[in-house]
Amino acid sequence: MIKKMQSLVCRECGKEYPTQDIHVCELCFGPLEVKYDYAAIKQVMTREKIASGPHSLWRYVDLLPVEGTHFIGLHAGFTPLVHAKNLGAFLGLDNLYIKNDCVNHPTLSFKDRVVAIALTRARELGFETVACASTGNLANSVSAHAASAGMKCYVFIPGDLEAAKVLGNLIYRPNVVEIEGNYDDVNRLCSEIAGERHWAFVNINIRPYYAEGSKTLAFETAEQLGWRAPDQVVVPMASGSLLTKIWKGFKEFEKLGILDSVNTKINGAQAEGCSPIATAFREGRDFFKPVKPHTIAKSLAIGNPADGYYALKTAAESQGAMDAVTDDEIVESIKLLAQTEGIFAETAGGVTIGVLRKLVKQGRIQKSDVTVAYITGNGLKTQEAVVDSVGRPFRIPPSLSHFIKTFAIEESA
Amino acid sequence: MAKLRFHIRYPEEKIPSPILYEIGKEYQVVPSIRRADVRETTGWMDVEFTGEADEIDRAVQGLRQKGCMVDPIELNVVE
Repeated sequence: MIKKMQSLVCRECGKEYPTQDIHVCELCFGPLEVKYDYAAIKQVMTREKIASGPHSLWRYVDLLPVEGTHFIGLHAGFTPLVHAKNLGAFLGLDNLYIKNDCVNHPTLSFKDRVVAIALTRARELGFETVACASTGNLANSVSAHAASAGMKCYVFIPGDLEAAKVLGNLIYRPNVVEIEGNYDDVNRLCSEIAGERHWAFVNINIRPYYAEGSKTLAFETAEQLGWRAPDQVVVPMASGSLLTKIWKGFKEFEKLGILDSVNTKINGAQAEGCSPIATAFREGRDFFKPVKPHTIAKSLAIGNPADGYYALKTAAESQGAMDAVTDDEIVESIKLLAQTEGIFAETAGGVTIGVLRKLVKQGRIQKSDVTVAYITGNGLKTQEAVVDSVGRPFRIPPSLSHFIKTFAIEESA
Repeated sequence: MAKLRFHIRYPEEKIPSPILYEIGKEYQVVPSIRRADVRETTGWMDVEFTGEADEIDRAVQGLRQKGCMVDPIELNVVE
């Protein structure tokens, strides 16, 4: 295997560091990201090599920040890209695709991508204990991957989290730590613990590697479209990291000659109840103002997003747009996707589809554009969001006549 | 001595105030600004405080009492 990682590099001042478990520049406190040796990677990474690889995100290993071949998370990635003809017809789009991470393995959200990379890298760096601060999908994924890898695991959650979400962690038997406080308290405590303990906090000290896993959504999209970049993508935004990494993924493929050209508009989606990035975009600002989240899209409820600035920069660079939708629009959009394409998305998916609808109405996405909407989590995880708006079953006595009467079906002779 | 790093955000009305100077006077901490962007309507700073851990905690509380938002340097890590 080639030596593809050169260093970690500060996104602000450019200072370089060894590829260790550090995430913040010691000089300016800017975030670090992985710097690759693209010339070396170009020598070995081809469409043919990728196509002959495993049916998982590990087929793109040449552009992922790991050194060895002992991977954790063997089944993450390579999820279906669905040509959404019914939803496309409803919206007036000829070439709409859904990248369906509802069926990502093992925990049914896109987090399995980033966690597979994070834990593989954490083990390479010698960690035996992994941890995260989370309210849902991330904790599920870290817990499941740690269980399969035989690593110790600590999951930090706010004390008032819904019982179903707590159960989704406990089943894998990590150490689930409920903090007597709110999200901010969990946030602060985890940053402090990360500084004290030699643990791999996937979204703190392992973040430069963890975040790179999101690029695989772009790699797969391009491959599944027949080695081309889409004209438009719509991406849900929490910290904003996913959006920037999808852009980075397309640009890396272009740099390596795997894609001929990339002219993709990167569009971002948030919920109105937590839309610091989309609001900054709509107001023409290059900075965001933190907010207190209040939305049913809890997996996107990050009021002070770490990559918000970079997400705004990406939208500007790619000539994309950003918008936000209300909780009612989120629910309607979850139902629309389910009833047209048979895909039951979590609330973040409702945000993506809701903003897709808005962008079409605004004329930003054209009928013929090849458009990809990223659905990042499974609806079975957020059933409470739609439980009151999907109606009730028909209840009838066990008789044929009642059935026929209920559905107004004509009796056969 | 501890060294702790924070992202501090100022409300608009506090932009003209020498908040960091005041904190350095009121608590036994030494602030070191690494990056900052202060404008007419908003402002933030990435700052390292050096001092006893308890005193840094008190300084952070003091910043909050003055109306600032104080987060870990990583910003929001709960996902």
